[in-house]
Amino acid sequence: MSERRETIETRADAPAAGRRRWLYLLPVLAFGGLAIALAFGLGEDPSEVPSPLIDKPVPVFELPPVPDRTEGFSDADLKQGEVALVNVFASWCGPCRIEHPLLMRLSREGGVPIYGLNYKDRPEDAKQWLDEMGDPYRRTGSDLDGRVGIDWGVYGVPETFIVDGEGRIRFKHIGYLSLKVLDETIRPILEELTE
Amino acid sequence: MMVTRAALVFLVASLWTAAQAFEIEQPLADPALEARAAAINSDLRCLVCQNQSIADSDADLAKDLRRLVRERIAAGDTDAEVIRFMVVRYGDFVLLSPPVKPATYALWFAPPVIFLLGAGILYAYLRRARRAAADAPLSEAERQRLKVLLGDSESD
Repeated sequence: MSERRETIETRADAPAAGRRRWLYLLPVLAFGGLAIALAFGLGEDPSEVPSPLIDKPVPVFELPPVPDRTEGFSDADLKQGEVALVNVFASWCGPCRIEHPLLMRLSREGGVPIYGLNYKDRPEDAKQWLDEMGDPYRRTGSDLDGRVGIDWGVYGVPETFIVDGEGRIRFKHIGYLSLKVLDETIRPILEELTE
Repeated sequence: MMVTRAALVFLVASLWTAAQAFEIEQPLADPALEARAAAINSDLRCLVCQNQSIADSDADLAKDLRRLVRERIAAGDTDAEVIRFMVVRYGDFVLLSPPVKPATYALWFAPPVIFLLGAGILYAYLRRARRAAADAPLSEAERQRLKVLLGDSESD
């Protein structure tokens, strides 16, 4: 039985079989490639949307200060030739509480100025937040209706931007800063930009 | 009497807080403009909830963006200008239907290309199989074997 089938097959396909055998591997290879590509995609965080503002100048804005602080915050502050961090925060934002000690530490180190964009917060709440937890910011702007935040492409507080000396946005981190993010991502970029 | 008055006070108070909670959005006065705003809103992704449009989403940012869309339209922006305003800030991701451009060619054209490729391969394969079946007459040996096989099954 098996012998008979063999003779029939070899007669019909003899010249084609050798040439086309690799074709049968094609679906397997295609599947493998797709699986690998998708496996890499799994590791990415879909909630982190790349910002189109990277390498663009910061938006033009001018914000009043949080109560009891004399200086507001505007785009002019970011064009003084100094690399700076811009941190978007709010007193109603839970994760902001997590990253706050890191911002305090960074501000004590004094290497890089941090500017605060207080996003859709009640002024008195923002004041209380800074009074109680410490104020790591050189200047703080109060974005009451969130319009400036939208111009910065903010969609999830907290967010932290690195702005170079000419006032161009060079990096954006979405979510709270962890020690890992600070040491492995933020600091190297700061070092590179200040060189 | 006291009870009804208390109930009335409670009712008014709860209605008032409910009205505060569901702060009603002010649609544009001109229905044509409002229709344009609504169409744009349902084409823009809410970045907080991602699989909803800002028209459907109850997120704070979605409300702000809806207000912004109405503002821009009331200020005389075209639909394309409003959409550009959003894309400049939030990127192509804010569009629920991705634009056709080199970075998205694979997205748009891969499915039809793969379909046509598959159809082509299937067509070629079937045609060859049919031709092979039709064209090759049985050799003398095969005819003999067929006879034996048929004879075998008949004798069964």
